[in-house]
Amino acid sequence: MDRVKASTLTGAEIVVRCLQAEGVEYVFGYPGGAVLFIYDELFKQDKVKHVLVRHEQGAAHAADGYSRASHKIGVCLVTSGPGVTNAVTGIATAYMDSIPMVIISGQVPTHAIGLDAFQEVDAVGVTRPCVKHNFLVKNVADLASTIKKAFHIAATGRPGPVLVDIPKDVTTHSCEFQYPESVAMRSYNPVRKGHAGQIKKAMQLLLEAQRPMVYTGGGVVLSNAAPQLRELVKLLGFPCTNTLMGLGAYPATDKQFLGMPGMHGTFEANMSMQHCDVLLAIGARFDDRVIGNPAHFAQNPRKIIHIDIDPSSISKRVKVDVPIVGNIADVLDDLLKLLRDAKPQDIGQWWKQIDEWRAKDCLRYDRNSKIIKPQFVLEKLYEVTQGEAFVTSDVGQHQMWAAQFYKFDQPRRWINSGGLGTMGFGLPAAMGVQLANPGSTVACVTGESSIQMCLQELSTCKQYRLPIKIINLNNKYMGMVRQWQQFFHGNRYSESYMDALPDFVKLAEGYGHSGMLIDKPADVEPALREAFARKSELVFLDFITDQKENVYPMIPGGKGITEMILYEDL
Amino acid sequence: MTRHIISVLVENEAGALSRIAGLFSARGYNIESLTVAPTEDASMSRMTVVTSGSEDVVEQITKQLNKLIEVVKVVDLSEAEHIERELMLIKVRAGQKEREDMKRMADIFRGRIIDVSDNTYTIELTGDGRKLDAFIQALDPGSIMETVRTGTSGIGRGNRVLRV
Repeated sequence: MDRVKASTLTGAEIVVRCLQAEGVEYVFGYPGGAVLFIYDELFKQDKVKHVLVRHEQGAAHAADGYSRASHKIGVCLVTSGPGVTNAVTGIATAYMDSIPMVIISGQVPTHAIGLDAFQEVDAVGVTRPCVKHNFLVKNVADLASTIKKAFHIAATGRPGPVLVDIPKDVTTHSCEFQYPESVAMRSYNPVRKGHAGQIKKAMQLLLEAQRPMVYTGGGVVLSNAAPQLRELVKLLGFPCTNTLMGLGAYPATDKQFLGMPGMHGTFEANMSMQHCDVLLAIGARFDDRVIGNPAHFAQNPRKIIHIDIDPSSISKRVKVDVPIVGNIADVLDDLLKLLRDAKPQDIGQWWKQIDEWRAKDCLRYDRNSKIIKPQFVLEKLYEVTQGEAFVTSDVGQHQMWAAQFYKFDQPRRWINSGGLGTMGFGLPAAMGVQLANPGSTVACVTGESSIQMCLQELSTCKQYRLPIKIINLNNKYMGMVRQWQQFFHGNRYSESYMDALPDFVKLAEGYGHSGMLIDKPADVEPALREAFARKSELVFLDFITDQKENVYPMIPGGKGITEMILYEDL
Repeated sequence: MTRHIISVLVENEAGALSRIAGLFSARGYNIESLTVAPTEDASMSRMTVVTSGSEDVVEQITKQLNKLIEVVKVVDLSEAEHIERELMLIKVRAGQKEREDMKRMADIFRGRIIDVSDNTYTIELTGDGRKLDAFIQALDPGSIMETVRTGTSGIGRGNRVLRV
């Protein structure tokens, strides 16, 4: 009889019981010395399933992808020292895109902290700038309440990753266990409802608008407010754009959708952002990749309404006229109540102007090419998957083409690293997405450079039978780097050529998957059809694409939102 | 660029100070001085940060501080009437020749001599930062052996109170 009371548990048992109480389905992780007791407890139960990645960066990205595609909290578990430092890129990725995650990291025993012990790193210090919050738990009695707080903080307000660092001895100490039912923190009480007076002001501005524009970002997706956004945009008859993080919040196939704004946004979206008289910004943050140079953006007078859960996002880069702090779904509910019987202005003239901009057909590319155009692959991917796939991406040209050419009609289908721009995100994120949506079609759009950054996860995909389809747009260059070098560095392609590439087909086969090499435009669609028909297999499709293709439109760094380089200019 | 005195109530937890200092360095905000100590409620510390920046930057500073999970309350004291004080301990040469002058100078600035040795005085002086600067200016630089200043603490005037 080791235990005095049935409810007295060790720290390791408490960790696992907390995860169970939170309804955690999957933990993405990698064992090591400091977390051995926690792994031992995971072994003894089967409620919480563990997914063994091949590198801790993959664990963080997979938990992140899982969260993005499911609106649940992603959880990962890593050991001390290199375990947690390897996860940092993934944590920072989630932080920049406000993804709710809980990261549990092992730490050296409390008596060894600060003595440069084996595999010791100050995890709380290392992760501080890239987490919403973090904790070091030095006393087992604080463990359950800290984990409860971590889940609460991660998911509420503006979401984000929270790290809980647990020294090894704390996992062996015992205390009475009771999982708290609720959390009360005097220093953390995020608002939900928006200010009624401000919402009324917003309504008046919207109804007076002659040239309105709705600009929405990742916040609408995170707040699950896509239905409200659709109703609002339909009710008002206004044009709408979704940022890279917000794609799918408004259906891309609807005619009121103008495409994505920003550095590689559509001509019509960027022109409308600049020339509108009332801009309704929802869960978006006017970042440099969206509005370009803020001084240029401010040249055209317009009234700006900004709805966001995070007050620090408001008037950060652009001064706004009507700030509304609150949970987007709640604020839009209130705004809709006021708007249902109201009558907006006739904006026929504005739509005429927008249609002229649209007629530029800014995403045009050479359809008669004998070499595979990457845009063509994405158009075919959209057709073959009937627009229903979950699409993850890495970072670079392929990411922009996927955002431009795959028309997302649903939120949480487009999974990419928008803020941090993390190459290597796509494949591990796809694992999380597939686990969150078993039976659904998941495609990872990547490039020959990005895919090599977390390539080892092909092994994880095999172990858990994840039938992801990898769409590798292989132009043998870090394409976006090459594009900038072509435009701004006198065609000096410094270190952007990917020499000595592996044979991706053999590589995929080496991991127990199948691969296809596609080098002719005519083979693109048949290959995609064949690959997606293999429902239970991971297929690596290596598309040999045009090395010289560029992403258009493009706003050069530091330029204004309307100062776009277009395909037709060249 | 104007000077602002920001008072922050934070949970008295390990790491809260580094979180706040880290925020200032990560976002490139200025810190002129930062003081921190527990309040009458031991679960909370009060921090006074003196910073400078444009109105936009100071607005961001207060918003970013509020966003930190452990921060309970933030007030920009310089938005209204307030009092600020700083404490300085200064060790000066005070041999037979200088002793009288040094004592007089301390009296003029309402300083107190709190330690005496054969050839030194240690003077305690409180006031706003400008007064402490003025005292240093008034001394012969060669007579100053060591100075230590606490940085500014501030409080609102009258009924203006910062508490939970």
